[in-house]
Amino acid sequence: MPELFVSPDVDEARRFFRAKPRRMENKVTSVAAAVRRYIHDGAYIGIGGFGTNRVPTSLLHEILRQGIRGLGVSGHTATHDFQILAAGEAMDRVDVAYVVGLEARGLSRSARRLFEQGKLKVTEWTNAALAWRYQAAAMGIPFMPARIMFGTDTCRYSAAKEITCPYTGAKLLALPALYPDVALIHVHRADVYGNCQIDGITVSDLDLARAARHLIVTCERLIPTDEVRREPDRTAIPCFLVDAVCEVPFGSYPGNMPYEYFSDEEHLQAWLEAEEDPEQLASFVRRHILDVPDFEAYLELCGGLGRMRELRLTELLIGAGSAAAEQAGAEPAGPRGLEGGEGR
Amino acid sequence: MSLTYNPMELMITVAARYLEDGATVVVGTGGPCAAAMLAQRMHAPNLMIMFEAGGIGPLLPTMPISVGDSRTFYRGVGASTMPDIMGMCQRGMVDYCFLGGAQVDPYGNLNSTLIGSHERPKVRFPGSGGANDLASLCWRTMMMTPQDRRRFVPKVDFVTTPGYLGGPGAREAAGLPPGTGPYKVITNLCVIGFDETTSRMKVESLHPGVSRTDVEENTGFPLLWATDLGSTEAPTADELRVLRNHVDPLRYIIGRA
Repeated sequence: MPELFVSPDVDEARRFFRAKPRRMENKVTSVAAAVRRYIHDGAYIGIGGFGTNRVPTSLLHEILRQGIRGLGVSGHTATHDFQILAAGEAMDRVDVAYVVGLEARGLSRSARRLFEQGKLKVTEWTNAALAWRYQAAAMGIPFMPARIMFGTDTCRYSAAKEITCPYTGAKLLALPALYPDVALIHVHRADVYGNCQIDGITVSDLDLARAARHLIVTCERLIPTDEVRREPDRTAIPCFLVDAVCEVPFGSYPGNMPYEYFSDEEHLQAWLEAEEDPEQLASFVRRHILDVPDFEAYLELCGGLGRMRELRLTELLIGAGSAAAEQAGAEPAGPRGLEGGEGR
Repeated sequence: MSLTYNPMELMITVAARYLEDGATVVVGTGGPCAAAMLAQRMHAPNLMIMFEAGGIGPLLPTMPISVGDSRTFYRGVGASTMPDIMGMCQRGMVDYCFLGGAQVDPYGNLNSTLIGSHERPKVRFPGSGGANDLASLCWRTMMMTPQDRRRFVPKVDFVTTPGYLGGPGAREAAGLPPGTGPYKVITNLCVIGFDETTSRMKVESLHPGVSRTDVEENTGFPLLWATDLGSTEAPTADELRVLRNHVDPLRYIIGRA
C-alpha cells in the first residue's frame, strides 16, 4: 500500500508552531552548522526552487559530507537536487512528482538505480499535488481538494483519498497537508533575521517555507534590514519562519539563479556521465563533495570566479566575441534578435 | 520545389499550426516548447505561453532547458508560482497543454513513470511531473511523440497521465472536469485525433511520403481512420527558416532527429 510519509495532523503542527521562536535575532550561521543542527537522520525534507533552478546546492552537499541517512524527500521536480541525494544514498523514502530526470538533459542513472533496486519506499504524486499539499499545510488545513489524478495509476499509488463536495456532490481528491521537518531554500537576498527576497518565479517556495517546521535559507547576498523595510512588498519569506541564514554566493551552482547566473550545462553533463558507472560516480562525488571542505572549494574546483562570470554572461544573454553575440548584447530586447546569444 | 526537413522539424511545424493566436498553452521543454515558439513567431504572436514552474507569457529568447529556468519568464508578462499556474488550469483558463511520454495507448493515456511493476520497476522514468495535472485540467491535451510499436502500445505499463482512460465518459465518471481530454497526437508519421463515439485514436492526416501501412506497422494496436483522410501540408520554407534561424539556432531540439 502506498504510504503517507508525513502526518497531515494540523493540531500537532499548531502545537509545534506555537512553540517556534518568533524573536528577530541574528540567525546567520555556517552551512555546516545549520545542517548539523536541523537535519537529522530520518528527517523529511522539502527542497526549494525547481531542480536545477534556484536550488540550495550547498546544503545538499553538506548533507552528504555529514553522512546523513534515511531522509524522506518531497520530489517536487527534484532533478539535480535529487541526483545529489541519490549519489549519497541519503534517502530511504520519497514522494514522487518528478525525479530521476534532468528534464531536457536526460535521466540520472544513479537515481534510477535506487528505484530499480528497490532501495526506496515510493509514493506517487504530481507537481500540483505536492504544491497544493504544501499549500494546505501553509494554510493549516488537513487537505486541499483538487480535480487531478483521477482514474490513473498515479492516483492508485498515491496516498490521496477521494471525497465528495458537500455543496455540489462532485468527486474531489483530498491531498493531505505536507509539513516537512525541514525546508531548504536558496534565495537572492536575506537579512540576518531571515527576511528573504526572491527574484523571478517563486515556484512553490512561498508555501513550502510556510509548511515546513524548520527552514534553512541560503542566500546569494546578505542585505541590511533597512533594505527589507524600504520595500516590504519584496519580502517572500518573513523572518520568523526562518531558523538559519547562510550567505552562499553562487549557492545554486551548477543550477541557474535568475538574473544572476545560468546553469553550468557542462558540469551537469559531467555528473550525468559520471553516473554511468557506480565506481566512477563514487570518485566524482568524493572529488567534488566529500573531499572538499566547503562549497567555496567546490566552486574553485569547478572553475571559480572565471567560470561564474561566464555563466553570468550566459544568464544575461551577453555572448563573448561573435558578431551574433554582439548583436544580442546590443539588442537584448526582441525574441528575434537573440539567436546565438548563448555564447557557446 | 520540395524542401528537405527532418522528422523533428516536421513534428514541430505541424504542431505549431494547431496553436491559435490568443490561446493559452502550458508547455514543457523540447519539441512542445519549440512548437509554441514557432507558432508565436509565425501566426500567433499573442499566444500566451506558460510554464508550470510559474513563467507567464515570455518572449523566449532561446530554448529553455528546464521549465523553470530563467528563459521561461524572460520579458514575460508574469513571473509567478506553480500553484498559480496549476490554479489557472483548474479554473478553466488554459486551452492547451503539450505533453510527451514513454508509452501511449489507444485512448491517449500516457506512461512516463515506469516499465514493469511499481514495487520493482524494470525501468524507472521521472513520473508525472506536471503532466497528470495538465492533462486532467487543460481543455485540450496535445501530444508530440515519435511513432513506433514500443511507444504506441495496447496497454501502458502505468497510467501516469489520463487520456480518455477506458473510453467515452470515463474521465467524467472518474471525477475529471467535463469537456477535457486528448485532442491531437502529432507524430513523425501522421496527425491523430480521437473518435467521438469510441474515444480511440483516429488518424486524420498522413505526412508527406507516409503510407497507411507505414503507420500501421509502427502502431501496436488497431487504429481508426478518418473517412476524409488528409495529407499533412509539408513544412513551408518560411516555417523552416524561422524554426532553424530563430527558434532553435543551436539545434538543441531539431538536431536530435
